[in-house]
Amino acid sequence: MSATVGKDAAAPPAQRMAKRVGLGRTVGAVMRKELLVELRTLESVPAMSLFAVTTFVIFHFALNRGSVEGDLASGILWVTLLFAAILGVNRLFVADAEEGGFDGFLLAPVDRSAMLIAKGLTLLVYLLALEIVAVPAFSLLLLGPSVGPALGGLVATLLLADVGIAVIGTMVAAMAVRTRARDLLGPLLSLPLFVPIVIGAARCTAPLLAYAHRTGPSGRWLATLGVYDLVFGLIAYALFDFLLED
Amino acid sequence: MASRSYGKGLRALSITTVLAMTAALALTFFYAPLEAEQGFLQKIFYVHVPLAIVALCGFVLGGLFAIQHLRTRDPRWDMRSYVAIHMALIFGLATLITGAIWAKGSWGHWWVWNEPTLVSFLIVFLLYATYQPLRFAIEDPERQARYASVFAVTAGAFVPLNFIAVRMSTAFVHPRVLGSTSNLPGPMRLTFLISLAAIALLYATLCKYELTAKHTRAQVRALRRRLAGETAGTRGRSAAPSALPEGAQRPGSGQPETLAPSFGAGSAPGTVG
Amino acid sequence: MPVLEVEGLTRRYGERDALSEVCLTLAEGRTLVVFGPNGAGKTTLLRVLATLLRPHAGSVRVLGSGLPDEAWAVRGRVGLLAHEPLLYRELTAAQNLRYHARLHGVGEERIAELLDAVAMSRRADEPLRTLSRGMVQRIAVARAVLHDPELLLLDEPYANLDPAAIELVSPLIGPASRRTRVVASHDPGRGLAEADVVLGLRAGRPALLAAATSVAPAEITELYR
Repeated sequence: MSATVGKDAAAPPAQRMAKRVGLGRTVGAVMRKELLVELRTLESVPAMSLFAVTTFVIFHFALNRGSVEGDLASGILWVTLLFAAILGVNRLFVADAEEGGFDGFLLAPVDRSAMLIAKGLTLLVYLLALEIVAVPAFSLLLLGPSVGPALGGLVATLLLADVGIAVIGTMVAAMAVRTRARDLLGPLLSLPLFVPIVIGAARCTAPLLAYAHRTGPSGRWLATLGVYDLVFGLIAYALFDFLLED
Repeated sequence: MASRSYGKGLRALSITTVLAMTAALALTFFYAPLEAEQGFLQKIFYVHVPLAIVALCGFVLGGLFAIQHLRTRDPRWDMRSYVAIHMALIFGLATLITGAIWAKGSWGHWWVWNEPTLVSFLIVFLLYATYQPLRFAIEDPERQARYASVFAVTAGAFVPLNFIAVRMSTAFVHPRVLGSTSNLPGPMRLTFLISLAAIALLYATLCKYELTAKHTRAQVRALRRRLAGETAGTRGRSAAPSALPEGAQRPGSGQPETLAPSFGAGSAPGTVG
Repeated sequence: MPVLEVEGLTRRYGERDALSEVCLTLAEGRTLVVFGPNGAGKTTLLRVLATLLRPHAGSVRVLGSGLPDEAWAVRGRVGLLAHEPLLYRELTAAQNLRYHARLHGVGEERIAELLDAVAMSRRADEPLRTLSRGMVQRIAVARAVLHDPELLLLDEPYANLDPAAIELVSPLIGPASRRTRVVASHDPGRGLAEADVVLGLRAGRPALLAAATSVAPAEITELYR
C-alpha cells in the first residue's frame, strides 16, 4: 500500500507536467469504453434495428403494398434509417451526462476533440450495424427488385450518408443531452440538418432500387454528400469544445 | 453611460427607414412597369425577394455574431446574435407567406415544391424554429449562450449549403423573374434595389429597437434589485439572453464583506501553512 | 512555491454570485478544509480548481499555472473526488479504472495495486450498479488518485464510507497521503482534525479564513446558522 503514497513530491510543482496522451490513444480509449457499455447494455443497436424492421411492417400496411421500387423504395429506406438513427443519437451521450463521464474525461490531459471523433465513430459503427440488419430486412419484406446488382452503389451511398449522419448526430446529441428537453430537442435539431443528406442519398438510391433504367448512383450527388460530410465535419471539429466546457 | 449608446441614432434610423419604405412602395406601385406575363401580381416580387435576401443575411449575421461570442465570451455578442436570428426568423416567416401568396397567384397552389427558394426557406425556418426551445431548455445562462452560439454558427453554415442542395434537387427552374436580377429592365432593377435597401433598413431598425428594449429591461431589473435587495426581481427562466451592460453596477458587488472578527487571530489572510 | 494562489476569485451563475472574492494560498503538502452550508459554493470552488469551471474574475493559479488560460497544464495533475463517482454504472471497477488509466497514460499495474488498496480486488469484475454506494465511493477514490495527482480536491470524501472504509482510503486521500489537499466538509470534528487551513464560505463569500489551530469548532457551527 505504501507504494501508492505520493512518490516524486521532491520536484517543484511548476516544473512538472502531466504526460499528454495522444489523440489516437484517447480516441481508442473512449471508443473502447463506448463499445463495452453498448455490449453490456445492448441499448442502442438492437433497439435501432428492431425499430427499422417494425417500421417496414408499418409501411407495408400504411401504403397497402406488397412491394415497392424506385423513388418510393428509396424514400422508405431513408426515412426508416434516419428515424432509427435518431434513436441512437438520443442515447449517445446519456451515460456520460448522467454518470459524470464528461467530467471524468475533461479532467484528463487529453485533446477534447477525441470525444467528438470517438463518439462519431461509435455512432458510425452503430449505423453500419443497423444497416446490416435493416437493408436485408428491407429487401426481404418490401423491396421489389433484387438488391444484388445495386449493392456497390448502395454501399457507397450508405457510407457517405452515414458519415454525415454520424457527424451531425454527434454534435446535436452533445448539444441536446445537457438540456432539460433532450429527447425532444435531439430529433428537432437533427432532422432539418439531415435534409440535404436525404436529398442526396435518396437521389442516389432511387435508380438503384428501380426495376427499369437501373443506373449507378449519380456522381454529382455522391460528391454533394461528400462535400456536406466534409463541411459539417470541420464545423463540428471547430465547435465541439464549446459544448464540453463550462 | 453605456445605456445612452444603445438608443443613440434610433430616431434617425427610424425616420430613414420610414422614408425608404415609402419610396420603395411608391416606386413599386407607380413607377415599376407591369410585367408582361404575370401582371400586377408580379409586384409582390419587390417584397418577397428582398425579404428572403435580408432574412438569409440575418441568419448568417447571427452566425457571425455567434462566432464573436465564442471568441470573446462577451454576452453582448450573444445578445446581438439572438436578436439577429429572432428578427430573421420573423422575416423568414414573412418570406414564406409572401411566397405562398405569389405561388397561389401564379400556379393556383399555396405551396409548390419546385420553387427552391421557398422550399429552402421552409427547411431553414424549421431548423431555426428550434433555436428558442433550445435556449429555453438550458438553465445555466452562460451555457445557454454558448450552446445557442454553437447552434447559430452551425445553422448559419447550413443555410447556404441547404440552398445549394435544394436548388440542385429541383429539376426545372420555374418561370420567375427572381434569381436573375442582373438582366432586369432598368426601372424594375431600380425599384428592386430601393426595395432591398428599405427592407434591409427595416431589419436593422427593428433589431436596434429590440436590442435597446432588452438592454433597458436588464437595467431596470438591475436597478430594482439594488433597491429591493438580492431576492427581489430575480428573473424567471427565459430563452432570451440577459446581458448586463458593461458599465452597470452589479448588485452586491463593490462592498466587500468584512471578515468575521475571529479571523484576525494572528494569521494574515491566506498565508497560513 | 504555493500550490494554490487564489485572489478575488468570482464565479457567477446568471446574475447570482456562486463564489465571490475568494482569496487563499496553500503551500505544498498542506490541507485546506472548506466549510459551509449547502449552496455556499464549496463544490463550485473545487470545480474551478479542477479546471471544470472557468473563473469569471480574479486570478487563480493552480500548481503554478494560471486558470483558465493554462488549464491544459493543470489537467492530469489534480485528482477530483466529486459527489458523483465519475464512473460508468454499467462497467466494472476494473473496466472503469482501465478507461481512466488510458486517458491519463497510466500503466495497467497501477489498477491492480489500487483495487487492492481499496479492498475491491475481489469484486473488480462486477458492474458498479450491483455494488453498494460505499464500494463505488472506494472505487472513485482509486480513480481520483490513479494518476498520482499532486493536488487532491475532495468533495465530502467520507460521505458514503463506514469507519473501516475511511481507515482503508486514508493512506490514499487522508492526511497520511501527504498530498496537498482541498477538502469540502460538513463535519467540524473530522474536518478540523485534518486541516492546516480553514476556509468558511457563506453564500459564496469567504466568512472565515484562518489557521486550523486558531479556529474553535463553535466558529464552524456558526457558519451554518
